[in-house]
Amino acid sequence: MSTGQINGVNTTHLLGARAAVGDAPEAGKFTWKAQNEWVHGTHSKSTVKGYFGLGEDHDHTDTFKFDSDHPLVFAAEDNAATPVEIVLVGLASCLTAGVAAVAENREIKLRSVKASVEADMDIAGILGADPEVRNGFSDVRVNYQIEADDASEADLEALVAQSQKVSAVFDIMTNPTNVTVNVS
Amino acid sequence: MVVETTAVVIGAGHAGLSVSYYLSARGIDHIVLERGEVANTWRTERWDSLRLLTPNWQARLPGFAYDGDDPDGFMTMTETVDFIARYARFVNPPLYTSTTVTSVRPDRIGYEVVTNNGVVYARSVFLASGGFNLAKVPPIAAALPDQVRSITPLEYRQPSDLEDGGVLVVGVSATGVQLAEEIHRSGRPVTVSVGEHVRLPRVYRGRDIRYWMDVTEVSTERFDEVDDIVRARQVPSPQLVGTPERRTLDLNALTDQGVRMVGRLAGIKDGKAQCSGALRNKVKRADLKMDRLLNTIDEWITERDLDGRYDPPHRFEPTRVESSPPLELNLDNGHIRTVLWATGYRPDYSWLHLPVFDHKGRLRHQGGVVTDSPGLYVIGLNFLRRRNSSFISGAQADAHDLVEHLNNHLAARVPVGVR
Repeated sequence: MSTGQINGVNTTHLLGARAAVGDAPEAGKFTWKAQNEWVHGTHSKSTVKGYFGLGEDHDHTDTFKFDSDHPLVFAAEDNAATPVEIVLVGLASCLTAGVAAVAENREIKLRSVKASVEADMDIAGILGADPEVRNGFSDVRVNYQIEADDASEADLEALVAQSQKVSAVFDIMTNPTNVTVNVS
Repeated sequence: MVVETTAVVIGAGHAGLSVSYYLSARGIDHIVLERGEVANTWRTERWDSLRLLTPNWQARLPGFAYDGDDPDGFMTMTETVDFIARYARFVNPPLYTSTTVTSVRPDRIGYEVVTNNGVVYARSVFLASGGFNLAKVPPIAAALPDQVRSITPLEYRQPSDLEDGGVLVVGVSATGVQLAEEIHRSGRPVTVSVGEHVRLPRVYRGRDIRYWMDVTEVSTERFDEVDDIVRARQVPSPQLVGTPERRTLDLNALTDQGVRMVGRLAGIKDGKAQCSGALRNKVKRADLKMDRLLNTIDEWITERDLDGRYDPPHRFEPTRVESSPPLELNLDNGHIRTVLWATGYRPDYSWLHLPVFDHKGRLRHQGGVVTDSPGLYVIGLNFLRRRNSSFISGAQADAHDLVEHLNNHLAARVPVGVR
């Protein structure tokens, strides 16, 4: 932890980045990338390595790997989490990062942050059994348990509320996005 | 009105009259009940400019067919009403008009049918009251801001019924594309919200698309032959319009006129309509499905060595989508004054007091035979027995099959020992 940080989030750098992006909007245009390859059945492997931002290509410090499959009740091999569970992981990870960053900025010392996520889905949608049922989640619930020094319940509520406001994944899940899928 | 009969037919449209034709041919005693006049729905519940989606040559009913001088044309509503009224005079059924059925219940001999003109008891009932009595409107309609007017195609007659200003037409099946076009042409800028749809050209290789669907037997594919009848019955009606110039009315034709496309209406939040980002997928699927039908037609022609007889094969321009279709429409700023829900229709069976509905309130039937209630039949619904069941030309085969089923049912009920 560098000097002046209480939760390990470099807010000075983030605030500097905001100023820089304000001055040079092009620098703020990022493109995130992932590669996915089918293995067998419903099992596939994904990797995350490169991304684009601040006007140039970057690499992560490592190639991060993610497996995905479907569970036994779908007669699949259950080699890994389902894609929809990975979406929940993305939501919780994003909100938790936001909680830490906002706490840093508000000088709240976090001791423990735990989130549990639940999402409801009626699989009549993906099975095509009922066209009026959507494929995706019908409801998503996140519950946070946070322990922090010198913070009231209202302070913690405000942390979680602000982390939703600044969360990319929360926005992705609550607002529509144009998606184009091609075959080459 | 008679007190007892063998069969009651509810509805004197083309389907009910077709059933009456075959009942008479079989010598089955029956009456036909009609809440208004013959062809009531066509008279009272359709917009002014509507013409049939099928060409005149396809207007075939049991023992009767179009005999005018414009076989490739499309009947206006006035002409359609006249056609069905002439069919009613031809069939000459035991008909009771202005007779509204208010209740059908099980009874000792079969069914008790209560009307505003008395009660009749029958061993069999045919529901021929139509599949398009009520407009389906999604629950999100309740979240529309107060200043935006909500209207269904059953209420709409002409563009001047609407306030000046923008109109969001939700749904792009036959109803949606037709109303979007005429409203946009009236000077009210239209945005269409595009969900699942079926794209079809009006004319291909010189012939009406309905001709090709007939000869390739796509029209007459049976309910017990398709892979998934539940899904097949939900397929939206194709984007077709009947015009003297036999125009194709697809999404490209609409955008050429300045109509804007957005994705499927997913929700309304804070006075804003949220539109799905899957618009490209929806139009791609419709383009691919249309091409599969055109391939089927080309193969049918080639297999029969008939390429010389028809215009050469070709493909239509893929549906154009702007690079970043809007994902949100502001419903608060006064640009959109009206939302028209072209989101489908459903039959009204609120008077049918029988345990014959599934968990979604849909009538359970096997190709029009309501197996849970012997002697009860339904006709005229989407893909009832064949893909063309909801079209005028589909009534003949369905009415024939169902009357034959009833005839066997009546024969089987002769007590043992008498046979």
